[in-house]
Amino acid sequence: MSPVLAGVLQLLALLVALGLSYRPLGDHMARVYSSEKHLRVEKWIYKGIGANPSVQMRWPAYLRGVLGFSAVSVLFLYLLQRVQGSLPGSLGFVSIDPDQAFNTAASFVANTNWQSYYGEQAMGHVVQTGGLAVQNFLSAAVGMAVAVALVRGFARSRTGELGNFWSDLVRGTFRVLLPISVIGALVLVACGAIQNFSGIHEVGQFMGGTQQWNGGAVASQEVIKELGTNGGGYFNANSSHPFENPSGLSNLFEIYLILVIPFALTRTFGRMVGSLKQGYAILGTMATIWLGFTALMMWTEFAHHGPAFDIAGGAMEGKETRFGIGGSSIFAVATTLTSTGAVNSFHSSYTGFGGGITMLGMQLGEIAPGGVGSGLYGMLIMAVIAVFVAGLMVGRTPEYLGRKIGTREITFAACYILITPALVLGFTAVAMALDTPADSMTNSGAHGFSEILYAYTSGANNNGSAFAGLNADTQWFNSTIGIAMLLGRFLPMVFVLALAGSLAEQTPVPQTAGTLRTEKPLFTGLLVGTILIITGLTYFPALALGPLAEGLAA
Amino acid sequence: MNNSAGSTGRLLWAGLRALLVLTVLCGVLYPLAVTGIAQVAFPGKANGSEVTDASGRVVGSELIGQTYDLPLKEGEETAAPDLKWFQPRPSNGLGANSVNTQYSIILSGATNRSGDNADLIQWVKDAKAAVIKDNSTADHRVKPSDVPADAVTSSGSGLDPHISPEYAKLQVHRIAEVNKLDVKAVDKLVADHTDGRLLGFIGEPRVNVLQLNIALKQLVTAKG
Repeated sequence: MSPVLAGVLQLLALLVALGLSYRPLGDHMARVYSSEKHLRVEKWIYKGIGANPSVQMRWPAYLRGVLGFSAVSVLFLYLLQRVQGSLPGSLGFVSIDPDQAFNTAASFVANTNWQSYYGEQAMGHVVQTGGLAVQNFLSAAVGMAVAVALVRGFARSRTGELGNFWSDLVRGTFRVLLPISVIGALVLVACGAIQNFSGIHEVGQFMGGTQQWNGGAVASQEVIKELGTNGGGYFNANSSHPFENPSGLSNLFEIYLILVIPFALTRTFGRMVGSLKQGYAILGTMATIWLGFTALMMWTEFAHHGPAFDIAGGAMEGKETRFGIGGSSIFAVATTLTSTGAVNSFHSSYTGFGGGITMLGMQLGEIAPGGVGSGLYGMLIMAVIAVFVAGLMVGRTPEYLGRKIGTREITFAACYILITPALVLGFTAVAMALDTPADSMTNSGAHGFSEILYAYTSGANNNGSAFAGLNADTQWFNSTIGIAMLLGRFLPMVFVLALAGSLAEQTPVPQTAGTLRTEKPLFTGLLVGTILIITGLTYFPALALGPLAEGLAA
Repeated sequence: MNNSAGSTGRLLWAGLRALLVLTVLCGVLYPLAVTGIAQVAFPGKANGSEVTDASGRVVGSELIGQTYDLPLKEGEETAAPDLKWFQPRPSNGLGANSVNTQYSIILSGATNRSGDNADLIQWVKDAKAAVIKDNSTADHRVKPSDVPADAVTSSGSGLDPHISPEYAKLQVHRIAEVNKLDVKAVDKLVADHTDGRLLGFIGEPRVNVLQLNIALKQLVTAKG
């Protein structure tokens, strides 16, 4: 069988697996976030928190919960790293410097998992398992909570109440992420991922002597790293490390974990707004972009244009033998069209166009299917914009799901889509204008520029992958990327929740013959077009200087 | 003012309590439970898939690539490959521990060089020339077009335990000559250690270099 055909069949297998879990998982999540009942364990947890999970919150209260919890999380994770050197269970690793500790804390709480540290030689058990892995769960649960709050905004009327943040946080963690993680971690161990607390130890070698390993709770972190679209590797090599991703099967399983919740959330959305078809239209948009990007990526990587790849006879630099071009390309697209940023192969050594596809995927705002929660709310914002554009074309007040998209709503949506481009392009421009940031580049010319553009794209969009030639452990990059990650995560949430609050207060308008039918394929087409045009207009000049220049020269 | 400061304080206090409770759940109970089950159900895999040779000595992990080099000679910067053994892929992206020098943990990683990077072009050229030179024997010449891409490129982790079946086959004549073995016997060894795609389409065909060299060692020892 040719590698291309094998790659296509793996994509099809993935489609089948995602299709099979779409209904049960989507419906399960709808029940989780709609149920009135609290499980006994959850009641204990609420007692521990000291919060009443049945109190309904309006948007400012919900937002305060999100921001307060996240602020405490950043501070806690920062302090944990700062005192690592004095903690038992840290394998003798020293405390992390302030700028890097800030960057890492911001990164993991913002669901980004950008890493300027080297996992296996910097972080001990306590920080990895008790700090970083915990935020893999909680940042994902926060993202889902905000998405559900927006869905409730569409589903409820004349109330302004969006649910209870503490209840959404706990339920997302306990009823969705944890159960899948337990099963998934064991699947990964069965494939060969390690799960122990052996720490640093010696193992014999074939030619004599020993090699030193760092053993830890890898599988349990790996699974939530993918499932929660986090992406922060236990090891520096991330999911290309054989202890994190040991085989072709584990590779396919990890891609499945990345995509399963973001896709299924469109079903949850359809259920909660009372029209599954509305969910399918969103799903169709996500799937179209995802499949299109994957096809493009496989094409450019198999064609392997580029001087070094021409001599080598294939674009295998930075890719593992067991995954090959197909398994690597599918992973690269899945990780950059979601907010994951885990890598099983190194994007910097992709072809010029391949690197461009990973960047453009993030620049779309990571909405196809996007991060857990953030993908759905990002896509719904784009849907609001698309409805607005359609409304302008026909001269009608735009409506979406029976809600009028008035001045207030479109202002919130517009602010949302302006934040990340402003962060990405602003920081990139400043970094390029200064003298020292360019010293961090490994490659020169167009690719060197791409390293910096990629870094801020990845940070502000909360992806976390890198053109890793860039030495990002400098005070400049640790600080500015840290700020980009926090603003890129939490400012958009402010506008999402404000929009949700505004929608939930409305009285639904009845559907008439003139209403734009947002559950039809026509709307899916309009939405795909809107996304590509907005992103293209925003980023084309920057992309032309980086990956396009590199790809066209090859 | 007082009231708002109080409510912010209450909020942060609730946030901290939530974080601590959920840390116990997701950062202590969950990893311990998974480790417990994994250690009982898959002890070998959970501890790194260690491999022993014929004498029962641990010689590494099935999953972690190793080097098969001659001892470093004086004046050399990098050790020369020991051509007796099957050679793995290059690993130009591997680093050394620069943070905590009391350890010598290998730092996994890739080169991150782009396709038009001068270093990468040179590395690939040099590797290709070396593969051709090392594997051409008196009665077998390796052509540049025979060299597969994995033989001249570094993997993502730098720890790739596998090579492609093409690269393994390319080394057969050299291995046979250096170890004074029959080419057919070495061919069979490679064929026996080639893993196909799972179910015919998942992953890529590959040969585990450590397992192959362990089997080669047995073959050489048996021959005397």
